[in-house]
Amino acid sequence: MIDQVHSQRLSWRRLRALTVKETRQLLRDRSNLMVGLFLPFVLILVFGYGLSFDIKNAPVAIVSQDTSPTAQDVIAGFYLSPYFTVTPLHSMAEAQRLMRSGKVEAIVYLQTDFSRRLAAGDASIQVLVNGVDANRARVLEGFAQGAISQWNVKRAAAGQNSALPAPAVQLETRLWFNEANTSTHFLVPGLIVLIMTLNGALLTSLVMAREWERGTLESLFVTPINTGELIASKLIPYFGVGLAGLAMCLLAGKFLFFVPIRGSLLLIVLISMLYLLVSLSLGLLISAATKNQFLASQIALIVSFLPALMLSGFIFDLRSVPVIVRAISTVLPPTYYVEALQTLFLAGNVPGLLIKDTAVLLTAAVLLFVLIRINTRKQLV
Amino acid sequence: MNSGTDGFIVRGDNVTKRFERQKNDMITALDHVSFGAKPGALTALVGPDGAGKTTLLRLTAGLMHADEGTLTVLGLDAAKQPQAIQDRISYMPQRFGLYEDLSVQENLDLYADLHGVTREQRAERYPRLMEMTALAPFLDRLAGKLSGGMKQKLGLACTLVRSPELLLLDEPTVGVDPLSRRELWEIVSGLVENEGLSVVVSTSYMDEAERCAHVVVLHEGKVLASGAPEELKSHANGHSFFARSLQQTPARKLQAELIDRTDVIDAVPHGGHVRTVLREREPLSMADVTFEPTSPTLEDSLMMLLRGKTDVHPTANAALELSKKDSQDHFEVVIEVHDLVRKFGDFTAVNRTSFEVKRGEVFGLLGPNGAGKTTTFRMLCGLLPATSGNLKVAGADLRRARAEARQNIGYVAQKFSLYGDISVLENLQFFAGAYGLRNSHAARRIEWALENFELEQRANSTAGSLPGGFQRRLAMAAALLHEPAIVFLDEPTSGADPLARREFWRRIGSLADHGTTIVVTTHFMEEAEYCDRIMIQDAGTMLAIGTPEEVRNQAGSGGEPAHSMEEAFIGIVEQGRQRAQRQEHAA
Repeated sequence: MIDQVHSQRLSWRRLRALTVKETRQLLRDRSNLMVGLFLPFVLILVFGYGLSFDIKNAPVAIVSQDTSPTAQDVIAGFYLSPYFTVTPLHSMAEAQRLMRSGKVEAIVYLQTDFSRRLAAGDASIQVLVNGVDANRARVLEGFAQGAISQWNVKRAAAGQNSALPAPAVQLETRLWFNEANTSTHFLVPGLIVLIMTLNGALLTSLVMAREWERGTLESLFVTPINTGELIASKLIPYFGVGLAGLAMCLLAGKFLFFVPIRGSLLLIVLISMLYLLVSLSLGLLISAATKNQFLASQIALIVSFLPALMLSGFIFDLRSVPVIVRAISTVLPPTYYVEALQTLFLAGNVPGLLIKDTAVLLTAAVLLFVLIRINTRKQLV
Repeated sequence: MNSGTDGFIVRGDNVTKRFERQKNDMITALDHVSFGAKPGALTALVGPDGAGKTTLLRLTAGLMHADEGTLTVLGLDAAKQPQAIQDRISYMPQRFGLYEDLSVQENLDLYADLHGVTREQRAERYPRLMEMTALAPFLDRLAGKLSGGMKQKLGLACTLVRSPELLLLDEPTVGVDPLSRRELWEIVSGLVENEGLSVVVSTSYMDEAERCAHVVVLHEGKVLASGAPEELKSHANGHSFFARSLQQTPARKLQAELIDRTDVIDAVPHGGHVRTVLREREPLSMADVTFEPTSPTLEDSLMMLLRGKTDVHPTANAALELSKKDSQDHFEVVIEVHDLVRKFGDFTAVNRTSFEVKRGEVFGLLGPNGAGKTTTFRMLCGLLPATSGNLKVAGADLRRARAEARQNIGYVAQKFSLYGDISVLENLQFFAGAYGLRNSHAARRIEWALENFELEQRANSTAGSLPGGFQRRLAMAAALLHEPAIVFLDEPTSGADPLARREFWRRIGSLADHGTTIVVTTHFMEEAEYCDRIMIQDAGTMLAIGTPEEVRNQAGSGGEPAHSMEEAFIGIVEQGRQRAQRQEHAA
């Protein structure tokens, strides 16, 4: 006869059967693998190579009517900078025309009597920057200033009059944590967050809703399975896909973008697993609550992927966003994962910060588990 | 083993279940239902759509809780110990949850694992399941690629991977062809007879209910009657007759005439005659019609019970008001199919099929699941191009002028394909617009549709919230708005109850009488009797074509025509398969 299994207790045999079933479905449905493995790959390439906040070879017009060696020396500073591509011009009118048509992003103007005034001690250089993109303009302005002050310092060292008032204190800037000042170093940890979120929430958002839509749950419910086994069997295969995505990101970070890993790799993997659990649970919760695949995927996109992209501090620094947006971001799990990852990659192991982030993510995971249990009862309607 | 109280394996006392349809709009699905099912026997739940059959089975399976009353299953309270019940029963829902992306073997293994069936038990069980279901050659095939009948058999096999103490089946044969239906029932009755399995089954086929030991008739959530089939049949004793026309009037026409009378409870064409249930025990006196008494069927007594309950005449308003089409002669050929072939890759779905349909004919396409009916159908409607052959519909060559042909075609799909979230009226308005009807004409046609399909009361309800019967009516109304010359209906009565089916065929009959050509597919073999001519297909090949009588004669053995359409159908398909096998052997 039937062996009476106590179905309230977790049965490994049933869990294994359900997990094998889920894995088979996952592997047979191409669209799952596209979202799970191909999309992360594309995202790595797009974000890694396409999206960059760095400015290199910005076109700049230099208008100089002064042919003296001093003026040429200033201009040479721009020619040598990797940040600019210089177009030498003789009239301001033409430079303005190029600026209006968008062919140059900045104009550097040296007056006819630049060297004479320099000798008199009141020379100035005019720098005009296209301010449409305020961030870019500020960076360009900084680079232009840098080019000029380098020349200044050189002159001062040589004991000659400089164009700008000689600084009383010498500024020596160093960029910490991202010495090369390349945004990829900063973007790759963010990218991992994005991919973990996408893999987790979007993939699992479909799985429970699909069972509701196809009517398979009705048959499954009238078997000895319990909801814990059902939920676990949905999480396990997608956890695997998530880890594959993580491995891809870490390898790409190391070998394609040469991002330094200052903290412990083990900690990166562990906290990523924790976040993956949060993300998978969120997707599963949406799926169980909506019971509709289309609705579930839309909601998953809105409540998980977009906040992870916009509000987690991945792209926009949370210290410079309005208070209300910051308040929203403090309740979003990706915010803490971004913080933890960027710290682990670029700064190293910072215990206080990591403990806080882990605690928040753990709380989120537990909360989501409870909500899924409430939303997945062996009941119709 | 404890099999329940008072000798019942399932026992309901005053079970009530209500659902909230919309806000503040409660419907009572079950209203103080009391019933019992005995162990080791088959118990049938029958009744029209919305009677509460599925709800009662779901409550029994512990998937829902009753609002009032108690339901005891295997001696356990279904509301308090659903899991304990679910550990011991097997349940096959109407849409069995097969995983379509898993193979037959993988589906079986999944359910075996979930039920904790050991390796030794499997070694003993699987071969028997394979023998019963004949699924052995398809173990590696994905469940999604099986035909409808095979899917149902696999579903049944999945519920039988272990010996349950109680088996619940919810309409296991809906959408299944007669052959597969017979096979499924052989499996189930075999288990009951040989292993003493207890089964509760809901069905809309009365011949299936007749095979059960006990029948519970549900109607609008209440128990209308219950008892052994013989006991129930006695309600109709002396009321059943065979009506015969002396004038060679086709059975379909005589049936239409009879069913519209108030002294007739039911009339269905059967074997060239009309099986009639009369209100009185006396035959009617009608010119040129004889009435011969016959023993009642369960369907006869069900119709008596239902008609006794509801005063509404099933087809009182079903005859459509139609203007006679221009008096073109009735022999004009409107559909011409010659050597039609359709291949999908190297699989031939339809093989060299030729037939003609005349104006005003009701033409039925019959065949087992996977016979090529739907493919033929789609080609006729211009939804699917033919691989080769000629196809003319309403004078237009479908290979060239599809749009032109479509103007003359009305199409009712098998699945509900209207817009569920807009109202009945808005759906009709949309289709009137899609067919290009002008304002005043459109308004007239929409009014006609609402009136003739009894949709006025529901005009402002959203289509998705309508009960199944109303949805089918709305779909048909929408397809008739532009007064097409030809109407195609794909399994229009699948899952419909007997009352709704009578009503549907009355409408079809009046359409045909007014010169509209009807092409219809169906799984209910007795419905083939409503057709002027039928064609039987199997494995893409045309096996028989002709009037129902001709087909019955063709199927008969030793000069005796087949008694019923179902018998004829099974006979013809089996002959066809044997012939195909012999040819294969010869080659």
